[in-house]
Amino acid sequence: MEIIATRPESLTKTPFTYCPGCLHGVAHRLVAEAIEEFGLTNQMTGVAPVGCSVFAYKFFNFDMAQAAHGRAPAVATGMKRARPDMHVFTYQGDGDLAAIGTAEIVHAANRGEHISVFFVNNAIYGMTGGQMAPTTLPNMKTTTSPYGRNTDDIGFPIRVSELLATLIAPYYIERVSLLSPADIIKAKKAVKKAIQYNKEGRGFTFVELISTCPTNWGLDPLKSRDWAKENMLPFFKVGCLRDKGEGVE
Amino acid sequence: MKTELICAGFGGQGVLTIGKFIAKAGMKEGKNVSWLPSYGPEMRGGTANVSTVVSDEPIASPIVSYPDILVALNQPSIDKFGESVRAGGVLIINTNMCPKGCKRTDVQIIAAPLSDIATEIGSNLVLNMITIGIIIGKTGLIKYETMEEDLNSFMKAKNPDLLAMNLKAIKRGIEIGKQ
Amino acid sequence: MAKILMKGNEAVAEASIRSGCRLYFAYPITPQSELIEYMAKMMPKVGGVFLQAESEVAAINMVYGAAGCGKRTMTSSSSPGVSLKMEGISYIAGAELPCVIINVQRGGPGLGDIQPAQGDYFQATKGGGHGDYRLIVLAPSSVQEFADMASEAFDLADKYRTPVMILADGMLGQMMEPVEFKPAKTQEEIDELGKQHNSWCICPNEDGDKKHHHEINSLEIDPNVLEKHVNDLYAKYAVIEANELRYESYNVNDDNEILCVAWGTASRVVKSAINELKAEGKNIGLIRPINVWPYPYAAVKAAIGKKVKKVYVFELNTGQMLDDVKIAVEGKVPVDFWGKVGGIVFTPAEIKAKLEACFTKEK
Repeated sequence: MEIIATRPESLTKTPFTYCPGCLHGVAHRLVAEAIEEFGLTNQMTGVAPVGCSVFAYKFFNFDMAQAAHGRAPAVATGMKRARPDMHVFTYQGDGDLAAIGTAEIVHAANRGEHISVFFVNNAIYGMTGGQMAPTTLPNMKTTTSPYGRNTDDIGFPIRVSELLATLIAPYYIERVSLLSPADIIKAKKAVKKAIQYNKEGRGFTFVELISTCPTNWGLDPLKSRDWAKENMLPFFKVGCLRDKGEGVE
Repeated sequence: MKTELICAGFGGQGVLTIGKFIAKAGMKEGKNVSWLPSYGPEMRGGTANVSTVVSDEPIASPIVSYPDILVALNQPSIDKFGESVRAGGVLIINTNMCPKGCKRTDVQIIAAPLSDIATEIGSNLVLNMITIGIIIGKTGLIKYETMEEDLNSFMKAKNPDLLAMNLKAIKRGIEIGKQ
Repeated sequence: MAKILMKGNEAVAEASIRSGCRLYFAYPITPQSELIEYMAKMMPKVGGVFLQAESEVAAINMVYGAAGCGKRTMTSSSSPGVSLKMEGISYIAGAELPCVIINVQRGGPGLGDIQPAQGDYFQATKGGGHGDYRLIVLAPSSVQEFADMASEAFDLADKYRTPVMILADGMLGQMMEPVEFKPAKTQEEIDELGKQHNSWCICPNEDGDKKHHHEINSLEIDPNVLEKHVNDLYAKYAVIEANELRYESYNVNDDNEILCVAWGTASRVVKSAINELKAEGKNIGLIRPINVWPYPYAAVKAAIGKKVKKVYVFELNTGQMLDDVKIAVEGKVPVDFWGKVGGIVFTPAEIKAKLEACFTKEK
């Protein structure tokens, strides 16, 4: 029998502990496959955040660090500086990266650290139970915005990719979505590009992956994807914002 | 034998440098030394001071309560530290910047227009070297030769004229100290 | 090697580089600026990493990452900056990473001032960050000792896989004294030091080797696992407490009438006062803890001679080590305290007056 798909060697055998319908598993797999396809499994290391993907260090089958909330880009900086022979990525959610870790991501990007950042944006704090994130959409209800996000009071969602694209140093910034099989194929291309540039030592690479949170949004997996397509994609537009390798500045 | 020195004056008069050269020379002569500056915002424009200890024994406190030698390059320095000089100690005063002087009668006072003498030698910047000369001439705390060797080591090749001016200033200071 | 007249901040930086530190992450703050500036200048010359971080928080987390790779890594700051690092220090202790943190203390609380103080004793020795952990804390009292402690701190950090803090102050950072350096470690020696951690640190999977999956981590979500982890940490700390007690006895003898206890900068001023009073026939001893965690309780207790009427603690704070001295003395004799705060360093004359008063009161 021909095997057409199998677990990538760069993932451990530990089963994912994510909720049913969660797209973290897809995102993990994209990252793991790309690492394997570039033959980097033995030289790779990554940093897990605080949030739903806090246990990411158990899932990737190479040395991993787990960082304090928001500090993954600083931890990755220390790792890359200490082991320039290794390839380093962080995997972070929107609460971790865009709120408590704003300074760390902006400055790691601004230094052009030779790391890849995979930023999973689902507009909510998942692990702590569905609180408002810096990426929560206007009027969107969460447990800490029970009447809907009031932009007069708390401001608008942060478009992190666009924010980082104002900096000169980053080499590659792209926003993709995980909301359909076709989108996932496109997302895979972006993740691969980030890992390729990482392998080639080009500089700071950043991929934002638009995702869902069926559990905390209170929608089933398919409906949550439809909701995200209708509500998130108009605000967080997919596309490449920077690709120095392709002349996109 | 332990000698405690406080140098004080306006920031920019080179008081910290005086202490540093004395400490460095003391170290080269095999003594224990310490150099403790006042630091902070007052160093820029305000009054700066440095405590320097030169001792045959290991130095306990680098903080000086009662100096054996006080170098006062301006009046506020005399007002602040004048009373603390040990009886029989040495007080070096720059009369150009110390209009009121010091009323102590139980210390050895060397008062001279150090700013004028420095200008006469060639530059305000050698005021600190004149002062070091006075300390050498008056107390023999360090040797002239040690100073000459130290200055030679970083000035001879780069700036021989400046070296000559500095050595002249030290010698002039020694004369004043011996008077 | 000839002695060099150097500021404490520069001396400890030079000594760190000589000890094999090639990774330094920090943020500028007075009165430790000469340290970060020295590293900025010298690290590139030895092929090391100097990185001025965007914040104290980022700096300590860069240390977490680099130390997680098993390399000799350091950060330095002064009191308010060290407070910001406390989150990262707790993670580093939890993940059992070797690294060195230097605190050139200044006056507090809050922004305080920039003058020398010892107000971070509690923070350094009793916690500071969250959770059950300890730091090995070394407290220098001279520029030479400050420099020597750099290599000692790295050795202890490597030996016990634990963060080590050097608790200095603005005076030690700013003052110059002659210092003699140990020979610098060669690149081969530094590489060898790094390899000792290859069984647990982040490192490449060499081809052909059995694949490893090392985790740098302080998270143990299962309470039973976390309990074991903390108990294991404290078993390690017990070994440190047994092996790493260090103190200096100064003029301690059977005829002491007063026993002083002081650490760091404060101890030097106390020594001057003891010397002056010795000349006047007053016999006073001093115990100076060199490591303030683990604390030399037994040594303090043992130094209380039969004629000692009082143990006198002098600190540049409101009495933080005082608690440890009281534990050590076990109520055998009265314990008195005097200190200065606000970044003001007491003078030999002030300490002498305090000690003299003990004698006159009796008569």
